[in-house]
Amino acid sequence: MKLNDEQQMLQDSVARLMADKGPVSHLRELRDRNDEKGYDEPLWHAMVESGLTGILVPEEHGGIGFGLVGAGLVAREIGRNLSVTPFLSTAVLGATALATGGSVKQQQKWLPAIAEGSVITALAVDDGAKHRPEAIKTEAKAAGDGVTLNGGKLLVLDAHVADLLLVAARQGESTALFLVDPKAEGVTIERNRMVDDRNAARVTLDNVAAEPMADGAAALAAALRAGRAVLAAELSGLAREAFERTLQYLKERKQFGRLIGTFQALQHRAALLMGEVSMSDALAMQALDACDRNADDAEVQVLAAKAKAARVALLAGQEAVQMHGGIGMTDEFDIGFFLKRARAGGETLGDANYCADRFAVLRDY
Amino acid sequence: MSDLEQFRAETRAWLEANCPEEMRQPLKSQADHCWGGRKWQFQSDAQKVWMERMADKGWTAPQWPKEYGGGGLSPEEAEVLAEEMKRINARTPVSNFGFWMLGPALLKFGSEELKRQHLPPICRGEIRWCQGYSEPNAGSDLASLQTRAEDKGDHFLVNGQKIWTSYADKADWIFCLVRTDPNASKHNGISFALFDMESEGVSTRPIELISGESPFCETFFDDVKVGKDQIVGELNRGWDVAKYLLTHERNNIGGEPPGFLKGRALGPLAAEHVGTEHGKLADGALRADIARLEIDQMAFQALVGKIREEAEAGQGVGAQSAVLKYYGTELNKRRYEVMMDALGAEGLEWESERTMGGLYAREWLRSKGNSIEGGTSEVMLGIVSKRLLGLPDA
Ligand SMILES: Cc1cc2nc3c(=O)[nH]c(=O)nc-3n(C[C@H](O)[C@H](O)[C@H](O)COP(=O)(O)OP(=O)(O)OC[C@H]3O[C@@H](n4cnc5c(N)ncnc54)[C@H](O)[C@@H]3O)c2cc1C
Repeated sequence: MKLNDEQQMLQDSVARLMADKGPVSHLRELRDRNDEKGYDEPLWHAMVESGLTGILVPEEHGGIGFGLVGAGLVAREIGRNLSVTPFLSTAVLGATALATGGSVKQQQKWLPAIAEGSVITALAVDDGAKHRPEAIKTEAKAAGDGVTLNGGKLLVLDAHVADLLLVAARQGESTALFLVDPKAEGVTIERNRMVDDRNAARVTLDNVAAEPMADGAAALAAALRAGRAVLAAELSGLAREAFERTLQYLKERKQFGRLIGTFQALQHRAALLMGEVSMSDALAMQALDACDRNADDAEVQVLAAKAKAARVALLAGQEAVQMHGGIGMTDEFDIGFFLKRARAGGETLGDANYCADRFAVLRDY
Repeated sequence: MSDLEQFRAETRAWLEANCPEEMRQPLKSQADHCWGGRKWQFQSDAQKVWMERMADKGWTAPQWPKEYGGGGLSPEEAEVLAEEMKRINARTPVSNFGFWMLGPALLKFGSEELKRQHLPPICRGEIRWCQGYSEPNAGSDLASLQTRAEDKGDHFLVNGQKIWTSYADKADWIFCLVRTDPNASKHNGISFALFDMESEGVSTRPIELISGESPFCETFFDDVKVGKDQIVGELNRGWDVAKYLLTHERNNIGGEPPGFLKGRALGPLAAEHVGTEHGKLADGALRADIARLEIDQMAFQALVGKIREEAEAGQGVGAQSAVLKYYGTELNKRRYEVMMDALGAEGLEWESERTMGGLYAREWLRSKGNSIEGGTSEVMLGIVSKRLLGLPDA
């Protein structure tokens, strides 16, 4: 898949923006001062100004409707810089869910707000330690015009700063997303700092009043697909960065009177890693494009891309630490951040095992 | 009853009577381990009592000779003691680098005076040791170390810097590789020196690990006086001691390191988080991963047993320690990866009470150091290629 001119321009400008305004050092600063909001606010404002928060919001709602390839290009740079933004939770998951399954009223209320960066949304799916959207336990019971929700959610990205929760719940036979006001009675949000220094809250819902969507089931499916595809791009980006930093180190560090990059044992590992990273990245971009084209096999491609990217990012993180030796184990050095994010991003919206299992189901075996 | 059966019966009875109940619980984390030493604060009375009772028996170092504070047990008796301790889940009463590393090297290379000076305080848990090998420019290439020890007549004067010195800030004494002959070839001018970390001119700066703890340090020596009698083995022949000690270190790291997973099975942990269907783990791929891992571990343990038997028959472990170190640490890293897969979102939490302050993620990250400390996996495979396979140098 080759980028068109518009996409190429987006890639170049986003690469500059993220490197300038959202570098790894910001992640460290946010962590060290235990930032209240837990994300890089100046970066988020810059992303709003560049229109990136509206990248998946249709033009009639104030977005730029650039499509998932565009969102993937942004995510790839987020991965390279480990930028801390609510891009995934809001601009990808929230925007996709609302644009796909929101009622006209809901779309009018939320989509322009997402595009102009005035709200943050959080998707609450998992109600166990592992991502199992086919077996949601949180229950929705009809109550007047709306529903009441009961259940508990884990790994809800950015929930502690969210203005809107999109909660997956089971109503009879079907599972759908429902809109919940985070300040509504019965909602408890426990902010949890994660290994990658991002925030993923535990959310408890105790008889919470919620608003059904026009098509909450389609909203959930679309959000999961978009989220996994974009995560595959982010993971590929971080894998590439970890790889390149390691490659650089092999050209600098000397032992036994020579550069460690002269040892064939490391040369071959670096060569193999480059191959893995390139395949992961190519597959992620292809899957994003399949989504934009509404290809028949888009779902299969996305599951494959997420499974591949989760494994490759973890491999890149592990190899990066190992090839740096002692210094790779230190917090002062940035390389460990990539390993940490690889784990957390890999787990989010389905780990490699889960995605491979769904992939096999779709391929009838 | 054979002598060994008799020994087993007595040991069992003694442990029953003397091992406090609290010391029969598996470690919750590495933080529960008793390191001993002058600065050690016991976490409970039970921990103190247990260490002292075992030290009185000489069982903190079961196979060391009695005259140096050890238990004087034969390998067979030591095996029985280990089995009986395992039977009641008894914790290791105390352990630190003095037991795993320095002790064996002193027993083989140390003078009678050095053994009498240093081994009994190790056995009693009174002195905690750290290892001063690595330097900023001497990691895998350890023999290129530059820390100097100059002969000043009645003492040596040590100047230089070490790095990645585990627990340098908590240890009482250091065993340290220093260059005593700058003109000799790389391996021939090194000596193995012992000195007190409270000596004037020693300073440490803790370095934080990716897991958030700070167990290792940069260690600086600025005109540190070291007694001439504190050299282990011959002057300028420290490399032999260093290598012998590394063999012990590698055997040890290759064993199951202390940590959350020590003595814990992954299957039940996974079932708790992933659930079961028809009596099987609900995640088929994870189930296969765990089974593959456990099979590899079983095969590794079988090989460990075989190598140990051969070592006891007098052939020594030698370069086989590189095999043990490589597979042991790579398997341990894999166990923590699979554990993280099994724990899902819960494993990622970094500070929550539920996860004992992010214990899972922290120990997962810490395990990454296993294939770096004590010689990297790449260096181990190099040793196997050259020393066991006889492959030529490039
Ligand atoms: C948790 C931890 C605790 C430690 N504790 C101590 C301690 O208490 N005392 C102490 O003295 N040291 C300690 N160390 C240091 C450890 O021994 C060194 O980190 C290790 O020997 C590697 O050296 P280095 O870090 O300089 O890496 P380098 O030697 O620079 O290695 C960088 C990379 O190059 C590879 N490489 C190097 N040479 C070759 C080759 N010939 N062929 C192929 N690949 C090669 C390495 O395998 C590694 O992947 C500790 C390290 C860690 C991580």
